[in-house]
Amino acid sequence: MLLRHTNKDIKIRKALTVNPAKTCQPIGAMYAALGVHNCLPHSHGSQGCCAYHRSALTRHFREPVMAATSSFTEGSSVFGGQANLIQAIDTIFNAYDPDVIAVHTTCLSETIGDDVSQIVNKALADGKIPPGKRVIHASTPSYVGSHVTGFATMAKSMAIQFAEKTGESNGCFNIVPGYVEPSDMAEIKRMVMELGIKPIMWPDTSNVLNGPQTGKYKMFPSGGVTTDELKSSADSLGSIALGELASADAVRALDSLHRVPCQVLDLPIGLLATDRFIDALRTVAGVSVPETVNTERGQLIDVITDMHQYFYGKKVALVGDPDHLIPLTEFLVSLDMKPCHIVTGTPGKSFERRINEITAGLDCKVNVKAGGDMYLLHQWIKNEPVDLLLANTYGKYIARDEDLPFVRYGFPILDRVGHSYFPTTCYKGGIRLLEKMLDVLLERQDRDAPEESFELVM
Amino acid sequence: MSVEILDDIGPAIDPAEVKKELLEKYPAKVARKRSKQIQINRIDEEGNVAPIGANVRTVPGIITQRGCTYAGCKGVILGPTRDIVNITHGPIGCGFYSWLTRRNQTRTTGDQEDNFMTYCFSTDMQDEDIVFGGEKKLKAAIQEAYDNFKPKAISIFSTCPVGLIGDDVHSVAREMKEKLGINIFGFSCEGYRGVSQSAGHHIANNGIFKHVVGKNDDIMEAEYKINLLGEYNIGGDGFEIDRILNKCGIGVVSTFSGNSTYDQFANSHTADLNAVMCHRSINYVADMLEIKYGIPWIKINFIGAKATAKSLRKIAQYFEDPKLTKRVEEVIEEELPGVEAVREEVKSRCEGKLAMLFVGGSRAHHYQELFKEIGMKIVSAGYEFAHRDDYEGRKVIPDIKIDADSRNIEEIEVNKDEEKYNPRKTDAQMENLEKEGLTFKDYKGMMPEMDQNALVIDDVSQFETEKLLEIYKPDIYCAGIKEKYAIQKSGIPMKQLHSYDSGGPYAGFNGAMNFYKEIDRMVNSQIWNFFQPPWQKNPELSAKFVWE
Repeated sequence: MLLRHTNKDIKIRKALTVNPAKTCQPIGAMYAALGVHNCLPHSHGSQGCCAYHRSALTRHFREPVMAATSSFTEGSSVFGGQANLIQAIDTIFNAYDPDVIAVHTTCLSETIGDDVSQIVNKALADGKIPPGKRVIHASTPSYVGSHVTGFATMAKSMAIQFAEKTGESNGCFNIVPGYVEPSDMAEIKRMVMELGIKPIMWPDTSNVLNGPQTGKYKMFPSGGVTTDELKSSADSLGSIALGELASADAVRALDSLHRVPCQVLDLPIGLLATDRFIDALRTVAGVSVPETVNTERGQLIDVITDMHQYFYGKKVALVGDPDHLIPLTEFLVSLDMKPCHIVTGTPGKSFERRINEITAGLDCKVNVKAGGDMYLLHQWIKNEPVDLLLANTYGKYIARDEDLPFVRYGFPILDRVGHSYFPTTCYKGGIRLLEKMLDVLLERQDRDAPEESFELVM
Repeated sequence: MSVEILDDIGPAIDPAEVKKELLEKYPAKVARKRSKQIQINRIDEEGNVAPIGANVRTVPGIITQRGCTYAGCKGVILGPTRDIVNITHGPIGCGFYSWLTRRNQTRTTGDQEDNFMTYCFSTDMQDEDIVFGGEKKLKAAIQEAYDNFKPKAISIFSTCPVGLIGDDVHSVAREMKEKLGINIFGFSCEGYRGVSQSAGHHIANNGIFKHVVGKNDDIMEAEYKINLLGEYNIGGDGFEIDRILNKCGIGVVSTFSGNSTYDQFANSHTADLNAVMCHRSINYVADMLEIKYGIPWIKINFIGAKATAKSLRKIAQYFEDPKLTKRVEEVIEEELPGVEAVREEVKSRCEGKLAMLFVGGSRAHHYQELFKEIGMKIVSAGYEFAHRDDYEGRKVIPDIKIDADSRNIEEIEVNKDEEKYNPRKTDAQMENLEKEGLTFKDYKGMMPEMDQNALVIDDVSQFETEKLLEIYKPDIYCAGIKEKYAIQKSGIPMKQLHSYDSGGPYAGFNGAMNFYKEIDRMVNSQIWNFFQPPWQKNPELSAKFVWE
């Protein structure tokens, strides 16, 4: 048994996290910063964080993930990291020439209280920031929230540190797509454009973290929101944030600073959340939904009606990030499945409330915890077995021990490809999710069927 | 001066020019500093090389591949131990990123034995712990770990904020050890200590030696007993080495620390020889075991078929028993022909190709053997965090100055153990063995074994890597996950020598065969020819198609 020490006996733990269902803020900030064109993320802390975050993102995307670090030593940890950051800015612009350096912090620089804004001003005054180049920054203490919090903070910094209101409308809508895959960002953008709406979307990691192999390495790939677009975001007609935790701060900041009206929606995962997304777009932009979108929606419903027998009543365990799990749970309920064990490592009260609302009609007990871990989830599964597990790659250890059909979902996925190329958002992504779930459920049925009931047609 | 390696890659590449180009874009101060860490290899007749700058602080912003002290201590040295509950005291990231990401394989003899490899334990510090201190939470976490898992031992790893807020993990460990009656010990391996993973190795060595080594006097039943130091069983390397050693009749008392257990560490002082694989990470324990218990150490290398044979012979030589010598020769004779057959075949397709290696603190040297065995040449190599002795050989140790950034890494005082000190060989025997060519407590370093004019680069940056690829156009570049895809995108095969790209083992005889085949697969794959679409190769149509 891979997780041989996990047993049914659930003892209340207050201090020890075992097999976390989250990671720390800076990696989310680094991911967000990679969604800006010609931007180099910078980690203001000791270099281990930066190495770990780059490695984790690289393993997930199988793409180059570049970022620099202030490389704190013991001396700078005591006397502050100003000299390190200024030297870093100088070295980066000379050797790598990005348009933007996006600085985030770690538990080290946050604990000692480095004032990054002041240091950046000093670098500017010292002439270390070439004309036309920018250094933006976000405060991302690892001991608050999770990687999603870090993403949200950097997404917000991008908006407020770039946005310049000219007073003349650009005719666009701002979209903050949330902490999703490059494939999802591309899909969300496609849907918006399908409705005839011009988007400014940030961050946008499509064509950055799912780029082509051409035989030529480009440190700054073709994708990413441009700095001009970010500036222009203050002149947009409105903003839509997808995912309360990852995206709401950015659009609310633009609303209060520049009076860009905003709306916060769930991530468009599954039928109903995608419906709400499309309906909101239609309403705010005053456009009608084209037939192409109706067809995609109809295809998703078609697959559900065709294969409903395999979903009906199946119990599911889920682990991941709150913004994903809320619409995902709703999707599973809409398929007449029973999501009954749901854990996120990211703290926050509203998560449990939302899940309880969504699962209120189910005829089974639902275990839900924000700030929980995968050890707890596994114990729940041992006490009340499920038919399917949706989790990031770490879920494979539970899946193997408990012999569960397993769909890799969320972050990080370290042992398969596909997630960065094929979306799981909007109607098309919904079909892909169904396909993935059916694959593992039907594979299981095939594997376990006695020979006489091994079916050709399923 | 030999320019042998340059002849193969075209007449125009002058390493001095390359070095200039590597430095020209840096600010002046940075260029001066980096210049010391980039050395054109020159070996004089006595085998001496020029000093290289190493184990110095990283240039901020340069895009280093280095990690931190916590990674060196928890991630590298103690992570692979299967039956100790390793608690990371800090915010969640450090524990999360070191959870199963190094491929230290473990195998127990049944489901009853403890194996915590698949678990990540963390105190998941929150802002209130930063403000009010995390000792209370740490104590509670240790208690909860004990209640849930009943381990033999618990260790605590400090992360950046722990040192800053002044949590005393060592006093917490002592208190909980008293309370729970199992061995509990802490490591002050905050990420900002030292300049790289290296400081973490040293801290781990000190800790394991102080708190565990020597606590169990059971004697293993084996005629020849060794410790394998600095072998972490990545991709099953340690299993392959164990297979070969066992076949020779050599017992492994403990491995530091691939597939290791608490008890193995605790009775490592009962072995008769320490065989050191990774010099950088474990030479401290090797020295301390010699001083305190009288166990000599030799440097060995099981990477490469010839190196493996040579290492086995060295071990046999040490035990001075004709029976073992005979057995070792039999094993080599049995294993080598299979390896040779694969080697010959692969060599025919790889001969003359160029490789570069930039890996941690030992593999950039060890793997040169494997490449040479299939006729490939090393044009450039370097370490992330090795010290001058790993580059130039241990003879330079007296000349190494410890700078301000590493001064606070504890050096522990070790003395002869009154009861357990037992010199395994008499002075006369040692002298005799040395006369016969066995060198103790010695490592010659990477540079003396490299070609003249090869570029040796310490703590290579992303910028320098890109320049090297552009200038030398090597056939393969070896490094880690962070470098992998940028290099591959440049159209150059990239082999990870930390994770082995999920392959392995690469140690020992079977490992050598695996590696030859893997390099052959990579450098001769068809895909490198397909990057350009046909419409870019011939953009102009030579004739017009007419659709009728």
